Formats: sequence, C-alpha cells, structure tokens
Amino acid sequence: MRTLILNLSPVGQTGLAIAGLLVLATAGVAWLCHARPHRDFTELISRVRSWWIMSGFFFGSLVLGDRVSLLFFALISIWCLREFATLLPSRPADHGALVLAFLAVPLQYYWIGTGQEELAQLFIPFGMAILIPFSLVLSQETAGLLASASQVYWGLMVFAFGLSHLAFLLRLPKSPDGSADGRSLLLFLVVLVQASDILQYLWGKCLGRHKILPRVSPNKTWEGFLGGIATATAASLALGFLTPFSLPECLAVALATTLLGFVGGAVMSALKRDLGVKDFGRMIPGHGGILDRMDSLCYACPVFFYYVRHAYY
Amino acid sequence: MAIATRTFAATIFDPVGAPIAESPNRLLAALRGVAQQCFFTVVVRPFVHAVLGLRILGRENLPPADPFILVSNHASHLDAVVLLSLFHGRRLRRIHPAAAADYFRRSRLLFWLTSTFFNILPIERKHITRSNDPCRVMQAALEAGESLIVFPEGTRGSGNELQAFHAGIAHLARREPGVPVIPAHLTNTGRSLPKGTWVPLPLLCEVRIGGRLHLQGSPGEASRDLAAAVRALETVS
Repeated sequence: MRTLILNLSPVGQTGLAIAGLLVLATAGVAWLCHARPHRDFTELISRVRSWWIMSGFFFGSLVLGDRVSLLFFALISIWCLREFATLLPSRPADHGALVLAFLAVPLQYYWIGTGQEELAQLFIPFGMAILIPFSLVLSQETAGLLASASQVYWGLMVFAFGLSHLAFLLRLPKSPDGSADGRSLLLFLVVLVQASDILQYLWGKCLGRHKILPRVSPNKTWEGFLGGIATATAASLALGFLTPFSLPECLAVALATTLLGFVGGAVMSALKRDLGVKDFGRMIPGHGGILDRMDSLCYACPVFFYYVRHAYY
Repeated sequence: MAIATRTFAATIFDPVGAPIAESPNRLLAALRGVAQQCFFTVVVRPFVHAVLGLRILGRENLPPADPFILVSNHASHLDAVVLLSLFHGRRLRRIHPAAAADYFRRSRLLFWLTSTFFNILPIERKHITRSNDPCRVMQAALEAGESLIVFPEGTRGSGNELQAFHAGIAHLARREPGVPVIPAHLTNTGRSLPKGTWVPLPLLCEVRIGGRLHLQGSPGEASRDLAAAVRALETVS
C-alpha cells in the first residue's frame, strides 16, 4: 500500500490527500447532522457536495491531458465572463464589443495551447485595449462609452487574461532541477488559494468578531483573515513537494499568494456590493456562481506564474 | 371546426395559396416533425441551457394540455426559441409563436425555415383584410386544438420598459373562454440578441411562468391586466 502511494506522481498523491480531506469533511458534516438534528445543515451539505464535484472536474481535467485541461480552463474563463457580463449595466450599443470580448477567450487559450506565449501575453492587454474602444466607436453611441469601454476591458483583463495564467502555468515544462512541472505548480497554487479561502471562512465562523471591511463584506473578519492566512501559509509546507521552492521561499510565496487571494476576494465582494447582488450566479450549489469560487485566483494566479517563471525558467 | 382547420392549415402550410394534395402533405408533415425534433435536441436545447444558462421559474405553471395561449414580453428573436424549448416531444409541433407576416414572409427561405423549425403562425400587421385578420387566424388555430405563443407588445421592445399591449389578445381570450391564458416573462434575451444584431451573447437568461389568468372586463381593461401580470412576474424570485 505504502509503495503504491509513493509510486504515484505528486499530482496523484495530492489528489489522494484531497480525497481524504473531502471524506473527512463529509464524515464531519454527517456527524453534525446526526448530533444536532434540530439544526438545518442543507447549505453545508450542498457546499461539501459541490466541493466533491469541483475537485472531481479539476483533477479529472488535469489527468486527462493538456487539451482537456485547456478546454476546462477556457470554459471557466467564459463562465466567469458570462456571469460578469450578465451583471454589467451594459447598453445595447455594447453588443459588438461584448461579442469581441467573448471571442477573445477561446483565441487566448488557443494561442497558449499552441505555445504562442508572447502573443497570448500581448493580445488582451494591448490588442483588446485598442479593439474594444474602437468597436464601441463604430456603434457611434457616445453616451456612456467611457464606462462601457472600461468595464468590458477590465472584465477581460481579470477573467480572461488573469485566469488564463492557470493555462500558462500548466504549460510550464519540468523545472531545471526536476522537482516540479507546470501541473504540480498549478496544483500547489489552486489548492493553496482554495484552502486559504476555506480556512479564512472557518476561522471567521469560529472566532470572528471584528469586521475587517464592514462596508465591503459583512462576513470577513480580522480573526478570519489573520487565522486563515497564517494557517494556510503554514499548511503550504505540506504542499512544498509540488514546487522547486526552498522552505523559507515556500512560506514567503505562500504568504504573498494567500494575501493576493484575499485581495481578489475583497475586490469581487466590493464589486458585488456595487452591482447590488449577493452572488455572481448560481452555477455551483452552496457557493454561488463560478466567479464566487474563482475570485481569489484572479490576482494570485498571474503573480505566482510570473514569479515562478522568472525565478526558475 | 373543419373550416377552422382548413383556414389554419392554409396559413401554415401554403405560402403561395395553391391547394395541397392530402398524402404528400402528411408525409411532409411527418418529416418536418422529425427534423424539428432533431433540431431542438441537437441545437436549440443545448444552446438554451448551455449558452444562455436558462433558469426556469414557475415550471409547474406550464399548461399540461393544448390549447393554451402563452403571453410574454418581447425583446429578441430568441424569445420564441426559448419559450418553445420549454415543451417536449409531440407537443412542440402543436405550439405556434405568432410572428409578423411582413417580417417573416419577406423571403421564401426564411418563411420555410421558421415555419418548419419553429411552427410560426404568420400574422398580418400592415394590410389587414377579412381573410387574414389576426384575431380570426389565431382563433382558427385555437379551435383546431393548437396552442399559441403571443407577444402582445407587437414588436421587439428595448427590453427595459414593457410597451403597451395590443388589445387583440384580450379579444381573443374573450372569444375562447375555455383556453387558458398563461403569462410569462423573459429576462436578458433582449440583451443576448437585441434588435438589429445577429450574434447571440452568452448571457444568463431567465424565464418566469405565472399562474393561469382569468381576464375580465372590457378588452382594454383585460389588456392592461395582462400587461400588469407579465410585468409583475419580472420581480418573482
């Protein structure tokens, strides 16, 4: 049994560990339902079930090969952009620009998939910066043009460009010292950021008292923030085998990543407040929309990728 | 009843006005049915559920049997597509969205495509005579046991404000009291494919179906009640 586990790739070992954690979580929730029958745990049950499904899809896409993974990440970007565009106060004149924005996503992932990294790094930041306003100009509807151009470009930068760095990360080859490759680095990032989210939530639920950004998010507390970030950074050591980092470096990178995750989550919460919604969508039962799950990754992902790439490749 | 069926059939199956022989018509009708089912299974429903992420509220209010009149707001060509996708199997062929004859009959190809795949019922808006009077045509359909999807605004609106409802539906409902009138409201279809555009955006759309309405009073009042019912559905969660 031991040799069987050790013979698995790092990705496989992590998958097994995640499955173990999920089993623990499911057992915990089952115990809670049994021990406190008078309380309503439907939301918690729904959340855990969704975690099983999301983990299944994520690991499945990693295992089934690069093409499947790229397709999966492209779909996630499109779903995020869809939720964002649905909530935007867009004008009828924005239709052409929005069509271009949605078409940019598969193009971006296609270029990443065919190894044209530079093109994929320039297309949205610079190409779309020109094309989006110009397509709005063609509609000749100038009232509200600045707002539309800004919103569509911002959405593309965060959800299409930012999240596409998951695909950039995946495409990284084996690191020079052989200890990690794109897939394991991606796993490190995603598991760390999601664990940080969950740990912040748990710490907040247990000890939360002092609100950290009361006008942005009623649920975020200092206790949740500090406890979650600290525990997640410490827990990153358990995932260190997926990366070429030394011990102090792993802690530093994890701290920076989880802080960026918090920033991403806070920005999206503020956005939801501005748009007057509680969740971005309802695609994931118990969690909200895809964006509600991916918000922490939006900022953490590009920074992590560029650091790894410059430090090790 | 026989006259109603013939009038109705003539409108649907015969763009030119020439008489159609019986047997080829039945075979053609069967083929059209199969083509339509394939089209809905392979193209329409995946599009409506995967691309538009359609959320359906009030599914239990969908009428279980024909005939019925489904009334909705109108902002996009997608409206009829989305509403039709709510129905399955053989029922699909018996449900007809009322469509502007001047728009959909402007080309033989367009008319053939929309009547084959979406069973549209062409309604005159401009040159109304006794034989193509919208009320008579729709009444003939209902009497033949077919159901209707109607957009009383008469045309695609901006999607923001509900335009005034034509009183025709109220007249129709009065003449056919046994036929249930079901209100519905569509959200975001007008943003996905607004008037004048050809590429639908993947935006999250919703359809809300209300309980059966009992329209009373003068056609003007009934029309306003109908509009109010559709407008009220918008805020149902």
